[in-house]
Amino acid sequence: MGMTHIVDRRLNGKNKSAVNRERFLRRYRHHIKKAVSEAVQRRSITDVERGEKVSIPSKDIQEPIFRHGAGGRRDAVHPGNQEWVAGDTIAKPEGGAGQGQGQGQASPDGEGMDEFVFQITQEEFLEFLFDDLELPNLARKKLKDTEAFSFVRAGFTSQGVPAKLDVVRSLRGAHARRLGLSGARKRKIRELEAQLQALQTAPDDLDPAFSHEDQIKALIDEIAELKANVRRIPFIDEIDLRYRQHQKQPKPATSAVMFCLMDVSGSMTQMHKDIAKRFFILLYMFLKKNYKKIDVVFIRHHTSAKEVTEEEFFYSRETGGTIVSSALRLMRKIIEARYSPAEWNIYAAQASDGDNWNDDSPTCGKLLAEGILPQVQYYSYIEITPLDHQTLWYEYEKLMAEHPQSFAMQQIADTADIYPVFRKLFERKAA
Amino acid sequence: MSESIDRPRDLDGLEPKSGTPISTSSEWTFELIQKYDEAIAECAAEFGLDTYPNQIEVITAEQMMDAYSSVGMPVGYNHWSFGKQFLQTSQGYQRGQMGLAYEIVINSNPCIAYLMEENTLPMQALVVAHASYGHNSFFKGNYLFRTWTDANAIIDYLVFARNYVSECEERYGIDAVEEILDSCHALMNYGVDRYKRPSPISAEEEIQRQTEREEYQQRRINDLWRTIPKPEEDDPVKRKPRFPSEPQENLLYFIEKNAPLLETWQRELVRIVRKLAQYFYPQRQTQVMNEGWASFWHYTLLHRLYEKGLVNDGFMLEFLQSHTSVVYQPPFNSPWYSGINPYTLGFSIYTDLRRMCENPTDEDREWFPEIAGTDWLETLHFAMRNFKDESFILQYLSPKIMRDLKLFAIEDDDNQNHYTVTAIHDEAGYRTLREKLAAQYNLSYREPNIQVWNVDVRGDRSLTLRHIPTDHIPLGKETDEVLKHVHRLWGFDVFLETVDNGKVQNTHRCPPPTVVDD
Repeated sequence: MGMTHIVDRRLNGKNKSAVNRERFLRRYRHHIKKAVSEAVQRRSITDVERGEKVSIPSKDIQEPIFRHGAGGRRDAVHPGNQEWVAGDTIAKPEGGAGQGQGQGQASPDGEGMDEFVFQITQEEFLEFLFDDLELPNLARKKLKDTEAFSFVRAGFTSQGVPAKLDVVRSLRGAHARRLGLSGARKRKIRELEAQLQALQTAPDDLDPAFSHEDQIKALIDEIAELKANVRRIPFIDEIDLRYRQHQKQPKPATSAVMFCLMDVSGSMTQMHKDIAKRFFILLYMFLKKNYKKIDVVFIRHHTSAKEVTEEEFFYSRETGGTIVSSALRLMRKIIEARYSPAEWNIYAAQASDGDNWNDDSPTCGKLLAEGILPQVQYYSYIEITPLDHQTLWYEYEKLMAEHPQSFAMQQIADTADIYPVFRKLFERKAA
Repeated sequence: MSESIDRPRDLDGLEPKSGTPISTSSEWTFELIQKYDEAIAECAAEFGLDTYPNQIEVITAEQMMDAYSSVGMPVGYNHWSFGKQFLQTSQGYQRGQMGLAYEIVINSNPCIAYLMEENTLPMQALVVAHASYGHNSFFKGNYLFRTWTDANAIIDYLVFARNYVSECEERYGIDAVEEILDSCHALMNYGVDRYKRPSPISAEEEIQRQTEREEYQQRRINDLWRTIPKPEEDDPVKRKPRFPSEPQENLLYFIEKNAPLLETWQRELVRIVRKLAQYFYPQRQTQVMNEGWASFWHYTLLHRLYEKGLVNDGFMLEFLQSHTSVVYQPPFNSPWYSGINPYTLGFSIYTDLRRMCENPTDEDREWFPEIAGTDWLETLHFAMRNFKDESFILQYLSPKIMRDLKLFAIEDDDNQNHYTVTAIHDEAGYRTLREKLAAQYNLSYREPNIQVWNVDVRGDRSLTLRHIPTDHIPLGKETDEVLKHVHRLWGFDVFLETVDNGKVQNTHRCPPPTVVDD
């Protein structure tokens, strides 16, 4: 008795179930994906970045075992008899599921028990949201075209310029060398000194033939020579010197800029803008998953284009005609001024209801093909209209044929299309 | 507090002795838990409780949820179903729909008990008494645990199992392993030999024997499925001998040893699940006894502390409040009713046994002549050691408890459009009531009786299982789903025949017949 151990386990990891939880999510990923894409439709635009409640029909996650079914004859003993005596009969409730297994418990808060409900985190939400999607041409920018380099430490070298001398490292080497070279001699010195001591303290033999004088002298000489040897070991030597080494490494561009281009002419209603905004938000979150730093540039246009704040972009209204090329020109100017393609991954999304001045559309095509597409990773165009296409669409169709890698376009008729269209635009292409 | 629970001693009737209380605040510290443990151990020794050494581990709520979801195994292999359990637990806990257990205790040597850090000091003391001395002595003393589990080896075995499963995952892929485990879990309740004493499990031996088994098994199975015809001496008219010659109740064992197509590693997985089923088997059959025993002892031990003056009134009030909610039995028509509370039933029986020993009535002398007036400690220990729930209730449920709990039995026959009350807590009903309540705890009453009947060794290698219903109760809706799992393990057609009145009444089949051909 009394052999009790009391252990504080609280500091041990608490996430023992993480793997099992992940296994569960993995097994039901189809259910979860569905829930996530439904959630995107349902949620307001400002609140896509949080977790989500997922519910799966209980029967889908049941682990079946052999059980008794309903029927047959069975007995049950219960507590709390108030009025009955043996032989009494009690009418069965309508629909008579009867006593069954006694398993069917009602949920106290009205939430159905035939749904298995659980919460996924925001991270998991995004994971499922963008599952199987990829940023086009992400790889290209990563290494090949990079012009930015950084120097990273790459250990030490024995040759280098004095500015890169690492003093601590060099002295440590020198110390080790000195120890290494002098160790054996110092040991010898100690031995000899001990002998010398012994001889000197021992009474000398009276017979000169056996006198210790000679021995003592020889020892003293030997010790002196050894000590001189040790002293000659240099405190620091050329071979001790160590220099810090740096290597030049190509720096992957980890920042991206996202251009949001939107038509704000009279024909774009708030509903159109809302759809566009949701689309832009999806793109923004998706970029955020891939890049450390993201700039967002908002360009709105009617007959002329202007760079604006987010607030202005989405909520102020303008009237007038539409010249899309004005926005493209402005975008090109901004790229030249602030976002060198060598350092920035440039993505652009343009939203419009398809309206454009007829003779402007060819200009747009030309601007994109010559001035913009060579600079950007991906340019996506969404046309928000349930109606027939107009000139801009046909012009862009030509572009798509010529630049399948960096240009894509889709049509969105209403909110329900946003996410599917987004998926289509960024679907992982089969290699 | 339920009126029906009779307390063995009343707080008011006690005269606290002169001792100084171990503590007066409700904040716990490790030193205080240590002190309480020592004091409780001393009391436990006075009552002759024989326990494994204790290991008490203080954990957080999150860790408790982890422990929950691995069905209380301190080390478990990875499987999605444990993840589901975890999500369920944490969801319920976060929404405040359910509280977590105050403790979890592992049948191992040393006996590991988990205490939640949120508990107050009186709660920690209660849990120590309940788990580390109550459950612990039950694990060590009860015959089912002694027969079926090896407390010394379980942790090692669990470690072995986890490593083996993750090795298989690396080698054969997560999905392949998951499939087999899913199928085994479906049959887990049919992975136990009820009548044969199993060999205890030990990790070291397991690893050693596992390699030998690999080679041996493959040879054996090849032998069983040998296709070279035997010399022709069989009379074709004579009935083919069945294989197995006797029906087998341990489906997992039968599959492990005889399934023709399983890879060796798959057989090993079947074995692991089977061994775990064996480990949990006694717990499934002693819930009333085990919880009752632990509750009886936390109650008795903490009262003993109070008698010694080691705890004060405030401590006792908090303790009694927890205790009464643990042993509360809502009546059948209460919204909180979900069957008979095993804590209540077990606690009542042990408490009543003590009462019959110490203050027997005429009724007790008539019903329990061999118990009334005897030494209560000896009687209780005997009852704890030598029974399982079914026989325990049959042996010890007294008329007084049936009256206290106001038990009644009803019969639900699908041929009738009403229920019939067959017995109540009166002279005429005591015996029937007791039998019927005991039967509810009989595993073969709770689960369908299904056994391996035949394998068509010479023919299509199909496996036939037989279901013998009790009281004409049919199989549940999930049956076909379970059969899919049997089919996955067996590899050839699987039949499940329901045999009632000596005739096959109904046959499930996997894969289901595509064309009607009889």
